[in-house]
Amino acid sequence: MTALRPARLRPTDLARLGTSGLRARPMRAILAALGISIGIATMVTVVGVSASSQEQLLRQLDALGTNLLRVQPGDSLFGDQVKLPKTAADMVRRIDGVTNASQTGETGVTVRRNDLIPSGVSLGITVQATSLDLLDTVDGKIRSGTWLNAATERQPVVVLGAVAAERLGLTAPDIQVWIGNRWFTVIGILDRMPLAEEIERSALIGFPAAKDYLNHDGHPTTVYERSADEAVESVRAMLARTVSPEKPNEAKVSRPSDALKAKAAAAGAFTGLMLGLGAVALFVGAVGVANTMVVAVLERRREIGLRRSFGATRGQVRSQFLVEAVLLSAFGGGAGVLLGALATFVYARINSLPAVVPMWALGGALGTTILIGALAGLYPALRAARVPPTVALTAQ
Amino acid sequence: MKILEIRGVSKSYGKVQALREVDLVIRGGEMVSIVGPSGSGKSTLLQIAGTLDRPTAGTVRVAGHDVSRLSDSELSALRARYIGFVFQQFHLAPGSSALDNVADGLLYSGLSRRQRREKAAAALERVGLGHRLGHRPHQLSGGQMQRVAVARAVAGEPPLLLADEPTGNLDSEAGAEVMSLFRRLNAAGITVVIITHDSEVAMACPRRIRVRDGLVRSEVT
Repeated sequence: MTALRPARLRPTDLARLGTSGLRARPMRAILAALGISIGIATMVTVVGVSASSQEQLLRQLDALGTNLLRVQPGDSLFGDQVKLPKTAADMVRRIDGVTNASQTGETGVTVRRNDLIPSGVSLGITVQATSLDLLDTVDGKIRSGTWLNAATERQPVVVLGAVAAERLGLTAPDIQVWIGNRWFTVIGILDRMPLAEEIERSALIGFPAAKDYLNHDGHPTTVYERSADEAVESVRAMLARTVSPEKPNEAKVSRPSDALKAKAAAAGAFTGLMLGLGAVALFVGAVGVANTMVVAVLERRREIGLRRSFGATRGQVRSQFLVEAVLLSAFGGGAGVLLGALATFVYARINSLPAVVPMWALGGALGTTILIGALAGLYPALRAARVPPTVALTAQ
Repeated sequence: MKILEIRGVSKSYGKVQALREVDLVIRGGEMVSIVGPSGSGKSTLLQIAGTLDRPTAGTVRVAGHDVSRLSDSELSALRARYIGFVFQQFHLAPGSSALDNVADGLLYSGLSRRQRREKAAAALERVGLGHRLGHRPHQLSGGQMQRVAVARAVAGEPPLLLADEPTGNLDSEAGAEVMSLFRRLNAAGITVVIITHDSEVAMACPRRIRVRDGLVRSEVT
C-alpha cells in the first residue's frame, strides 16, 4: 500500500486558479479593487508631487551653485549695530580662494513713485548703495536697460531689483522715481535672483551717488563673496576675522544656498494630511476586498466542495482564496500606481516641474497592496477551507 | 480485491440516524446500483463511501486505506487518486470549455498543465465528445454535459467511480446514453457505483443494493 501524499499545486496553476474568480466576475473585481486604487493613487501622487518639487529646487541649487557667502554686521555686545569697514569687499577679495567680492550698503531712505506719497511708505523696498561688480558676484542679470558704470554711479540714477520694479508697477526703465528727497532716473531692471532675494527687493544706486545725494556714510551692510567650491569652508573661517579683525564675533556669515536647501528638504517632506487620507482610502479598500472575498466564498461553496472532491486539500482551497485576494488587491495597487504616476506627471507638466516618482514609492505601494490583500483575504480564505466537501453532493 | 469495504457504519446527524450499522463490500470491476427512496440514507452512504464525510461509527476502507486513520490532506490525496465523482447537477464551470472543465478535475493530481490537457482530451474522446473540446457547457445538451462530467471523473483513471443520480436531470434518451457509457467504462475495468431512485437505471446494473431507513435491505446479484 503506497503512502498518500497530496500533490503540490504549481505556482502557475495557483496563480491561474486565483484569477479564475476575478475573470468570472470582472466588474465586481474592478469595483472591489477601486478603493485600493484610490488609496495607492493618493499616496503615490503625494510622494510624486513632493519629489518633483524637491527635484526642481535641487536642480535650481545645482545651477546657482553653493559657493556664495554673505557677511553682515551682527549686533555688538551692547546691542547696537556694528559697522563694517568701508573697504570690506577689498579686504575679502584678498583672502585665498576668493574670486569675487562686492558690497552693498543700506541708505535708510525709501523709494516712491512720486513726491506726493508719504516717505514712510517703503513697499518693503530697500534703497542700497552698491559696488559696480555686484552682478558678477551674485550672478545677477539685467532684464532691461543697463547696469551702473563708473560714470552713472555718481549720478542720480537707479537700477531696480525684479521685485522692487514689480512693487513700483514698473516694467521698463527710463522713468523717474522719488528717492529720499529728489528724483532718480531708472536706468535698468534686474532679473530674478533666487540666491539673493534681498537684491530683488532693492533699488540700487552707486556709492558716490549715495554719498552725494543721500548723505550715506559709505559703510557697507552686506558683503557678498564667491570662491572656488573647495575653498568655501576655508574662506568661511576667515571671513569674519577679515572684515572685523578686532571683533570677529560681530560679523555674521551666512550661505544663501542653505535657505534653498532647507526649502528643498521641506518640499520633500510629505503633507501628513494627504498621506492620512490615502491611508484611510487604503483601509476602506481593504475592507472592500475582504467583503468581496467573503461574498465570493459564500457563493462558491459548491465550487469549493467540487474541488475537495477532485482532491484539493484544505490548505489548497485556502491558498486559492488567499491568492485571489492578493491578486485583487495587487491589481488595484497596480492601477493606483499608474493613476498616481499619471497625476504626478500632469501636475509636474502644469507647474513646469521635472516629474519624479521615486522607485521606493512604487515598490512600497506594491508591497503594501500585497500585504493588505493577504490580511483582507485571510479570514475569507479560512472560511473557504472550512467548507465541508459534502456540499458538492447536496442538491441546491 | 476489495476496492470499497464498509463495516458496521453508522451515521447520525443530531438525533437523526441516517445509517445504521451498514455492511457493504464492493470488489474491483463491479458495477453496482444503490437504490432507495429519498431520505433512505443512500446519499449519506455515498458521501461516506466517497470519503467526503466521516462515519459516526464503523470503519470504511477505500483501496485498503482505513479512512478514519487518514488526515485531511491524506484523504484529499486518496480522493484525487482513487475516486471519481459524477453529480446530478453536472457541476461544470459555465465560462470554461469542455476541455478546461475536464482538465480542472486533474488540477490536484500533480500533473503539468500540458499533461492535464492531453489527458482531458483523451477522456473526452473516450466519452464520444472528441469533437466538442472547445464547446462551453451552454452549447451542449444535457446528455453531453453529463458525459463531460463523466470524462472529468475518469480522466485521472481512478479505480472507483461514484455517481449520484447521474440521470436525474436527463430525459430518458440522454439517460440511456449515459448508462451505456458507464457500462463501457465498467467493461474497461473501472468499478462503478450508481446511486439512484430510478429502478430502470438500477436494473441496468448487474448488482443492486436496496437501502431503506438507513439499512441495507436486500441485495440482488
